[in-house]
Amino acid sequence: MEPTPEDYSGKYHIDETGKKIGMWFFLFTELLFFGGMFLLYSVYRYRYPADFHAAAKGENLVIGSINTAILLTSSLSIALSISAVRKGNRKLSALLQLITIISGLVFLVNKYFEWTEKIFRGFYPNSPVMMEQNKGVILFYSLYYVMTGIHGLHVLIGIAVISFMVAFTLRGAIVPENFAKLENTGLYWHFVDIVWIYLFPLFYLIT
Amino acid sequence: MENDSQRELSFYEEGGKGILSWIMSTDHKRIGIQYLGALLSIFVIGVSLGLIIRLSLISPGWLFGAQTYNEIFTTHGILMIFLFIIPGVPVAFGNFFLPIMIGARDVAFPRLNRLTWWLYITGAVIAALSLFIHGEPPDTGWTFYAPYSIKTQANVGLAVFAVFILGFSSILTGLNFVTTIHRLRAPGMTWFRMPVFVWTLYATGWVQMLATPVLAITLVFIILGRVFGVGFFDPSKGGDPILYEHLFWTYSHPAVYIMVLPAMGIISQIVPVFSREKLFGYKAVALSALGIASVGYFVWGHHMFTSGMSDTSRVIFSFITFLVAVPSGVKIFNWVATMYKGSITVSVPLLFAMSFIFLFSIGGLTGLIIGSLAPNLHLHGTYFIVAHFHYVMFGGAGMSILAGLHYWFPKMFGKMYKERPAKVGWLILFIGFNLLYFSMFVLGYNGMPRRYFDYPSKYFTGHLISTIGSWILAAGLIIIFGNLMRALFRGEKAPANPWDGKSLEWSISSPPPADNFSETPVIRDISY
Amino acid sequence: MKTTSIIKREQPHLVGYGTYVLVWGALLILLGITIAVAKMDFSNFSVLINLLIASVKAGLVLMFFMHLKYEGKFLKGLVLLTISALALIIALTFSDVWYR
Repeated sequence: MEPTPEDYSGKYHIDETGKKIGMWFFLFTELLFFGGMFLLYSVYRYRYPADFHAAAKGENLVIGSINTAILLTSSLSIALSISAVRKGNRKLSALLQLITIISGLVFLVNKYFEWTEKIFRGFYPNSPVMMEQNKGVILFYSLYYVMTGIHGLHVLIGIAVISFMVAFTLRGAIVPENFAKLENTGLYWHFVDIVWIYLFPLFYLIT
Repeated sequence: MENDSQRELSFYEEGGKGILSWIMSTDHKRIGIQYLGALLSIFVIGVSLGLIIRLSLISPGWLFGAQTYNEIFTTHGILMIFLFIIPGVPVAFGNFFLPIMIGARDVAFPRLNRLTWWLYITGAVIAALSLFIHGEPPDTGWTFYAPYSIKTQANVGLAVFAVFILGFSSILTGLNFVTTIHRLRAPGMTWFRMPVFVWTLYATGWVQMLATPVLAITLVFIILGRVFGVGFFDPSKGGDPILYEHLFWTYSHPAVYIMVLPAMGIISQIVPVFSREKLFGYKAVALSALGIASVGYFVWGHHMFTSGMSDTSRVIFSFITFLVAVPSGVKIFNWVATMYKGSITVSVPLLFAMSFIFLFSIGGLTGLIIGSLAPNLHLHGTYFIVAHFHYVMFGGAGMSILAGLHYWFPKMFGKMYKERPAKVGWLILFIGFNLLYFSMFVLGYNGMPRRYFDYPSKYFTGHLISTIGSWILAAGLIIIFGNLMRALFRGEKAPANPWDGKSLEWSISSPPPADNFSETPVIRDISY
Repeated sequence: MKTTSIIKREQPHLVGYGTYVLVWGALLILLGITIAVAKMDFSNFSVLINLLIASVKAGLVLMFFMHLKYEGKFLKGLVLLTISALALIIALTFSDVWYR
């Protein structure tokens, strides 16, 4: 783990392990960021269990399950793409990254349909329909929009970053000796996946 | 200067001239200097606002009305806390000296470091916008308590967004420093050979990474509440305002340690150098930094004793609060023990360091008074609290910034300042400080509530003494900074090691060359 | 003077395609189980069981997809530290919420 003296001979370091550690640290901050939302969820679910159960019936379990499967698959493909690039198979790697991007986009499109369906029914924060509901129901939907919304934003950012990675891979900037960029992108994507793994039961499976 | 051509170029000369060579530079020293400049500018504005607040309080209403008063103390708080004292030591001195002290040539992610400065400036600009664009300046106090912060018509949304950006900057700085300390220590620089300043930056970095995101999400909730009517903290929508306080203080209490820990690091550098002694109990001082950081992370509830929290919770938080005093005490005792029987040189940095120890002890001990439940009920929300945290922030972190500035000035700028005016300035500042804030302890103990625009006449004497103190304090600051400004332009050239310091930054020329070290140093022993 | 030096990275463990596909299969099976559990009626335990299953899934992603299994004690320790910090924050907040 410790660097040796000859590592310090120049001014600029290329420290792949350092980059990876930096990315993990960033994910720690992300964990605490989402942690604040999970804290609110747990407190309000503790206060209004019946309302939460009732409100969760309004979720579409089929779309939710499909989306979970899609996100898990996208995690697989980005993980495979790193192994592919390390085995020297750049084209396969780029293809796998493309699959991840497409999965992410499909996930977001499904989310879009879910959201618009709810909004058409009048369920969105501060709407007249919403304000007539029980307090627990209001909180459930607020949490739903905020948590899936911020999660969706992370998916969107991930898609943008992976698009750059595809370009880097095809251009040969990501090679078996230097793939920290792609590795860190993968770490980020898996983290976003983990957040969804917890969101899914909390919003879709508590009926 | 006979062999001028042989002389090493400093980072001022080597990195090029012109504004772009500064604001786009990724050299940690240049970034540190720019941060220092930005911080001190904010400090001047913050102090001026503080003076105006004090001026208004000797005769409420003669300068401006109550709403303006609220806006001014809010701005004073936002500037001083989020733009000056939280970034404070790490971004200015940490950036400049952390890589040098561990024998590295730069931080782990130099471009990320550059980005944090730009985020900081962006945050500052947005905070300024919230004051001047259409609508009223924020009037919530720096804590943005919900639900008022969600309902008020003032520009709270913008101010909150500014703090969000500043938080991002702070997170990235912490991440960068922790990675740097893990990866870029020179050969032989083992963990227990690192200067204590580096240890405190390490602990601070962890607090920045693990606490700031909680603030970020809380601020997002406020913005969502204002823009979309999401009512997480609005009782009419089922929300719980006390949860806001939980989330807010989960960050904002550890933030106190972001301010004070590196400040303690500076003191731990200065005290041994001017006592001609090794730091007493080096390991204990180093580890107590981690102790303070980890325990201090779980005491936030003591800000909420009168908010309507459960009794169980209050007892738990009060107990953990007392635990923080242990590692803090370890530090204080070890500094004093270092000075004991040392051959002390009463120089300017040591004077500031000693006033840190004195004032921080008062701030810390009064913290125990308000950390226990019964006195807290009496003192919460009074001037006692105001006095307490000014002793900790200004008497602690602020004094250590002045100490560090006088200690490292020759290294950063390559110039020497005059001793005598600095000492006179220090004395005046010290007297003014205690007049200004100690009278607040008395006022608060007698029941003067904080944040109030007006007060019954029985508090007049206290307010008058406090305001006079603020003028003396300002005079001291003017002398101190005037002296440093003079030194910057007309000071004598500083030698490489004016104080006979032992840590690595004194082994290179003043100001340092762009690459810090022409050859990577190899550390064989602990020398401080 | 300004040269670049490369700190040699310890080449991280190269995970084969097969392992990843196996993990993915396990994740999908767990997804199926968690939906089945939700459909059955375990009353209050249902949420608990589902959260446990979610944690197993998250653990699989962490260990294999994110390579934590192949990292040193250092990084594993830090991950644990961060998770326990979050857990403690939630626990301390609940010391208020439960007893209020």
